[in-house]
Amino acid sequence: MNTSTLETTTKRIMNQVAPQPIAEDDSTDVSEATQFAIEANNLNAWYGEFQALHEISLEIPKNQVTAFIGPSGCGKSTLLRWFNRMNDTIFSAHATGNLRLGEIDLLDKSTDVVDLRRRVGIVFQKANPFPKSIFENVAFGPRLHMQLDKSELSDLVEWSLRKAAVWEEVKDRLNAPALGLSGGQQQRLCIARAIATGPEVLLMDEPCSALDPASTLAIEDLMDELRDQYTIVIVTHNMQQASRCSDKTAFFFEGRVVEFGTTEKIFTKPSSQKTEDYVRGRFG
Amino acid sequence: MSQAPQEHDRLKGQEESSQQGQEQQRRLRNSVGRMLLDHYFRLACIGIACISVVVLVFLIGSIITQGVPSLSWTLLSGTPEPEPSEAGAWPAIAGTIWVCTICALITLPIGIGTAVLIEEFKPRSRWANRIFSVIQLNISNLAGVPSVVYGILGLTAFVSMFGLVGSLKRGESSFEIGAIYYDQFTNLASDPFMSMGVEDAKERYFLAPVISPSDPPTVAKSGMEMFEYQGDQKIPVKIEVLDPFGELPSDPDALSLAIAADTVPGRISEKSWYYFSLPFGRGVLAGSLTLMLVILPVIIISSQEALRSVPSSLRDGARGLGATPWQVVWNITLPAAAPGILTGSILAMSRAIGETAPILIIAGIVYIRNAPQHLMDSYTVLPLQIYNWTSRPQEEFHAIAAAGIVVLLIILLSFNAIAVILRQRMQNKVR
Amino acid sequence: MNRDVAESKSSSTSLDVRVRELLSRGRKDLATTRFKEIAIYFALIGCGLFSLLITVSIIGVLLTETLRFFQFDEVTVTNFLGSADWTPLLGETKSFGIWGLISGTLLVTGIAMAFAIPLGLVTAIYLSEYAPRKVRDILKPILEVLAGIPTVVYGFFALMTITPFLQWLHEGFNVYNAMSAGLAVGILCFPTVCSLAEDALQSVPKSLRDGALGLGGTRFDATIKVILPAALSGIISAFLLAVARAIGETMIVALAAGSRPQATIDPRDEIQTMTGFMVQMAGGDVSNFGTEYFSMYAVAFTLFLITLSLTMVGNIVRRRYRETYE
Repeated sequence: MNTSTLETTTKRIMNQVAPQPIAEDDSTDVSEATQFAIEANNLNAWYGEFQALHEISLEIPKNQVTAFIGPSGCGKSTLLRWFNRMNDTIFSAHATGNLRLGEIDLLDKSTDVVDLRRRVGIVFQKANPFPKSIFENVAFGPRLHMQLDKSELSDLVEWSLRKAAVWEEVKDRLNAPALGLSGGQQQRLCIARAIATGPEVLLMDEPCSALDPASTLAIEDLMDELRDQYTIVIVTHNMQQASRCSDKTAFFFEGRVVEFGTTEKIFTKPSSQKTEDYVRGRFG
Repeated sequence: MSQAPQEHDRLKGQEESSQQGQEQQRRLRNSVGRMLLDHYFRLACIGIACISVVVLVFLIGSIITQGVPSLSWTLLSGTPEPEPSEAGAWPAIAGTIWVCTICALITLPIGIGTAVLIEEFKPRSRWANRIFSVIQLNISNLAGVPSVVYGILGLTAFVSMFGLVGSLKRGESSFEIGAIYYDQFTNLASDPFMSMGVEDAKERYFLAPVISPSDPPTVAKSGMEMFEYQGDQKIPVKIEVLDPFGELPSDPDALSLAIAADTVPGRISEKSWYYFSLPFGRGVLAGSLTLMLVILPVIIISSQEALRSVPSSLRDGARGLGATPWQVVWNITLPAAAPGILTGSILAMSRAIGETAPILIIAGIVYIRNAPQHLMDSYTVLPLQIYNWTSRPQEEFHAIAAAGIVVLLIILLSFNAIAVILRQRMQNKVR
Repeated sequence: MNRDVAESKSSSTSLDVRVRELLSRGRKDLATTRFKEIAIYFALIGCGLFSLLITVSIIGVLLTETLRFFQFDEVTVTNFLGSADWTPLLGETKSFGIWGLISGTLLVTGIAMAFAIPLGLVTAIYLSEYAPRKVRDILKPILEVLAGIPTVVYGFFALMTITPFLQWLHEGFNVYNAMSAGLAVGILCFPTVCSLAEDALQSVPKSLRDGALGLGGTRFDATIKVILPAALSGIISAFLLAVARAIGETMIVALAAGSRPQATIDPRDEIQTMTGFMVQMAGGDVSNFGTEYFSMYAVAFTLFLITLSLTMVGNIVRRRYRETYE
């Protein structure tokens, strides 16, 4: 429960809720963007006694795709879940250090997570559409946060489904139950659902690990299309995926960031032996 | 049964054919024994498991043979007359409907609310967590408290309200809403002696409103406006007060509008269905609240199970979209758990319908001729009526009791059937 | 690649523009949501505390009224705890020896458990270890129906069917007798024992079962030597909960067991249980303020203490075995 959130924080955050201009199409020249969406500084995180993250310091650049790679249990998902405080539901999770999203201190207990999650969308490993219709799934977030009339809402739903490249497949059965879709379609529906609230950052926690290659390809294309409007952070086990779609890559090992740099560098001439071993497939 | 010897032979054959050492022979024979033991144990199990079927058939059968012949329309619609052939259970059936409906309306929100609190709002601090586990333990212990103890609690807490407010005597409640009091006068014409010679004078009753039930009796004056029932409506009428020993008008209309000067009115009250008074007394509301105590733990536990079966990925999904905890519960978890909660609630309500002991404790065995009219009205319920009939010495009443049981079982079985259908629907949906 | 993006964009430009405008609007005010959230949270906490309040008031009511009972001159603690004569209605020679009622309760419970425990356990073993799916699909609903029948119906059954049957078997049976009530309570508890014991057996991991069978044991061996011991605590908790249920059972004993409190072990005889006495008090014309009226609270308190301790131990044992395997 976060009902204890203070009035003052609410106000502070509400000023920031104010529409974040979504990057214009012509500003695709990402290499010049030096702004950071998320900055971590000396972040340590625990589950109970177990320290999951050690001294993490990295900056996630705005409007780029950042990939987190590393063997299972290395803490990459943990870090991702700290970005929008999904860890709050885990009783024993706690962290020290610095983690900021723009002006917002992500570790501050009084930070309004509800507002935070409007701005930081998340897509999970396993597609989890609600047992409602396709339309209702996408409309869920907007209904919570915005005051829209009927036509505006259906515009927004259509737009989100188009963005998530699933519109053509579902446009004739928007009122059909979402659980009737295929796995890949469900996952793209979840992405549509996440972008319908107009987030700035989109977190993807191994979004393709449960999908067939065709659906994986569709989602990778989708990320390509979204990258100029959203800051995307993707956790993946799939090295090819990371090299194909990300601009920057962080390699995690045993709760530490071993190396963080442009994807090209990490995959072609990594500075650390560990990274090289991993990206060459020698372990993990 | 015939399989056992065959199996024995087959194993024996194996045993003979195996030309192994003596040790092996012995071990094998031993294993034959074990196989047989297993076999007989299985048969014994089947036999014993059949007992439950036999008992059920026997129970239902004996009740049906005793009860069905006495099933009649009188039983469903009549009042519990002292003459067995005329006795009916309508007041009891109506009482059951009243008590259980109110009980459901009160219990469901509280029960589901508690389940939601425990399952969906798990606290993060250690001491709050401890309080939650105390609540959880408390609920499972409450489920084991005998219903008769809840009856005792209801008797003290609801019927007499710990003796804190008012007393239990009639008309002495310390607080009430929804009752209007009247003084009722009868007209002169209703006295056969007075109306002698005036054949057309009708018997009429006039009501004078009273502000407080403790007011002294109204004194009627000529020209006073009182009310009279015409059909369902109260019509104001002007009445005349006459000396009964003086000269009486011969006009029947005038006579029927007149009341005698010395008429003492009777105090009556008109109670709307929501009539409410403190203490509750042996009324419907006290019964409903007591039944609430009995089935609350049942509803909480079954709702908890239903909530627990909702996959947490759905909650994460909603949370990730910025839903507040309550928005998650209201939009996602509760709809997904609704069939399970509904099934559990229906089963709990069928328990409430059949519950006798607590109602017996708080309502006692009283003779009720009418269906309850308001929240504080005295009542009886179907199982209590059955108990009442069963405990009488006359054989005829036992047959009626059996017929009452048949009615009760039909109600309960239909509830159970709804629950089973819902559960199957739910399982189909989950795939 | 970028060209594709551009193309797809241009095809839905107007939609894009409209949605951009939508997304750039202000969001709903969080303050009202917050307020609602907190209000609901407090309402829910109220619900949760309500269940605690029930327990507190049960204990409070029973305790104060029991204390009031002991303040009467004719009542002494030694008489209450040390005697088996329960004669509260006998004018001059009132005696309040709770054992007179407890013995009746124990007799009925003993008979009920002698019936329900072995049969319930064996049926549970059959359902869990042997029964084919079809049989389970028939037996389980039957058990559920048995469990859902109101107790007053069992009371009728005991008085109208079991008692005449017992009297036909043996002439010594009284019209009201402990045996008939005990058997009916046993039938009532049978589904409880059965389903709780089956839960316990089912929660034994399949690997243990397979292990025992893989070592060449028969199903019987696996059940007796491996599964039963592994599920023992669960089964014990099932027994305890069933005993608590039998002790608290009211309508059956009120109808079939009679109303003469006495310490006897003769199942043919009339007895009175604690619950039976409470019903007699509530149903009869006893003045609301006499000793006998308050004795009802003392009996209720005793009953509450006994059943509460049984349920608590049962629940703790059950929680422990659940933790072992989950």
